[in-house]
Amino acid sequence: MSALPNTRRMTSLNFTKLVIFTNALIPLALLLWDVWRKNVGANPLEFATRTTGMLTLVFLTLTIAITPFRKTFNINSLVKLRRMLGLFAFFYGVLHLLTYIWFDRLFNFISVGKDVAQRPFILVGMIAFFLMVPLAITSTNKMIKRLGGKRWALLHRLVYFAAAAGALHFWMLVKSDVRLPLTFAFVVGVLLAHRLLVKYFPPGSSQSTELFPKD
Amino acid sequence: MSDKIKSTEITDKQVYLNRRLFMRAAVLAGTATATTLLYRRLNPQPLKLAEGEKLDDVVKVTREEASKTGYLVDEPQTPLASITNYNNFYEFDTSKSGVAHAAKGFVTRPWAVSVEGLVNKPRVFDLDELLQIRQEERVYRLRCVEGWSMVIPWIGFPLHKLLEKVEPTSQAKYVAFQTLLDPNRMPNQKFGILSWPYVEGLRLDEAMHPLTIMATGMYGETLPPQDGAPIRLVVPWKYGFKSIKSVVKISLVADEPPTTWNIEGPDEYGFYSNVNPNVAHPRWSQADERRIGEYNRRKTLMFNGYGEQVAKLYEGMDLARNF
Repeated sequence: MSALPNTRRMTSLNFTKLVIFTNALIPLALLLWDVWRKNVGANPLEFATRTTGMLTLVFLTLTIAITPFRKTFNINSLVKLRRMLGLFAFFYGVLHLLTYIWFDRLFNFISVGKDVAQRPFILVGMIAFFLMVPLAITSTNKMIKRLGGKRWALLHRLVYFAAAAGALHFWMLVKSDVRLPLTFAFVVGVLLAHRLLVKYFPPGSSQSTELFPKD
Repeated sequence: MSDKIKSTEITDKQVYLNRRLFMRAAVLAGTATATTLLYRRLNPQPLKLAEGEKLDDVVKVTREEASKTGYLVDEPQTPLASITNYNNFYEFDTSKSGVAHAAKGFVTRPWAVSVEGLVNKPRVFDLDELLQIRQEERVYRLRCVEGWSMVIPWIGFPLHKLLEKVEPTSQAKYVAFQTLLDPNRMPNQKFGILSWPYVEGLRLDEAMHPLTIMATGMYGETLPPQDGAPIRLVVPWKYGFKSIKSVVKISLVADEPPTTWNIEGPDEYGFYSNVNPNVAHPRWSQADERRIGEYNRRKTLMFNGYGEQVAKLYEGMDLARNF
């Protein structure tokens, strides 16, 4: 399709991005709205921490879901949504860490340090967060160029470990009802396993994806 | 291209663009609505409490008595809305804000409590009969093992009054408690989240202690379902999970009875589970707590502040080992 002169038209890609962007911010808007109305329940701090943590995990999972979906269904344009999803994971991760340091530890960094040492699930959560930091920093086009595609891609494999650590962090903090953490762990596991599968059994070698097998 | 064709082309595109704009607006609004509804579904709003029955003739504690007995904590009481919308009651829901919704409409009449085991006069007590026992107000701290706390004005009667009615024999050393088992009324009992029914236990001297009560109400009314209706145990110096809810059976036994959270995690939840700031839970510190409604964290008190009354029960015991 040719571009129309004098018409402000949005590409499908940009529209899709707008939809994701809007929906990704809705939980935050509702959270802030509920805080404003004092309608976040008996323990607002726990609620905010849990909600932002859950959202981090959701966006991390969506981020690592892009590649398997793209390959399975041959929709290459999906890759263009990945950066936004990853940055939302980081965004909610920052909020999650901030609610913890602010409301749970009251900006007492000695107490944060003690907590990290004493509570393995917090250590795992911290690791997950700090694995995301270099990814967020190198998410710009400029940085991709500067690093070079190959090195950039290698660095961004850290997201696998961030997602796995995030799922583990969730599983470790639950008292007994592990259904939700296990669901996350399972989905993350499947998405990571897909990568191994593609690596060691590339599609070319399998009959199902090739109409005419080579050998 | 002639002007004529071009003009029709433009009109067509305008219609096309308008339609696309409309579709896009619909997609945006539709997904936004869906996300909002999903968020609301996953994070239920606090539930307005249905009026409970008023409990009459409740004996109030005087302030003079209070300092010695521990019957009345002189700290701000947690609002009813918080006590009824922030619950750990896994039989209904494992999310604390979800219990009130899931427990709504839980039928607690008729209700009976069987008191049996090593006793001379085993009996099944109807709830109405238990409500005939002199009801007293007790304002206790409640410290959850998760690190939060409340101050709750319970109504109830000391457990020893009930136990005296059945006359425990000399072999009775422990008291075992059991929650209702009815997966139709307690939906999460259909899932193996914990081993059902929920069971708890106390040493006999703990059970006989005047601070140990069977609560039937709070804030002047009968207990709402989410807080353990119609009758529950309250042991204020132990972590909240010891205070078993919706009790149907109390047995006097010779040996230490199994307890649900101890079965679930033996190294995390001991039989005694006395509130103790010096013994950390394996996954978190117990040194401080968040009082619901407060911003700053409070130091957790030994025996939840009831040391004067109960420390003597544990003389000579290693509380780090018997956690």
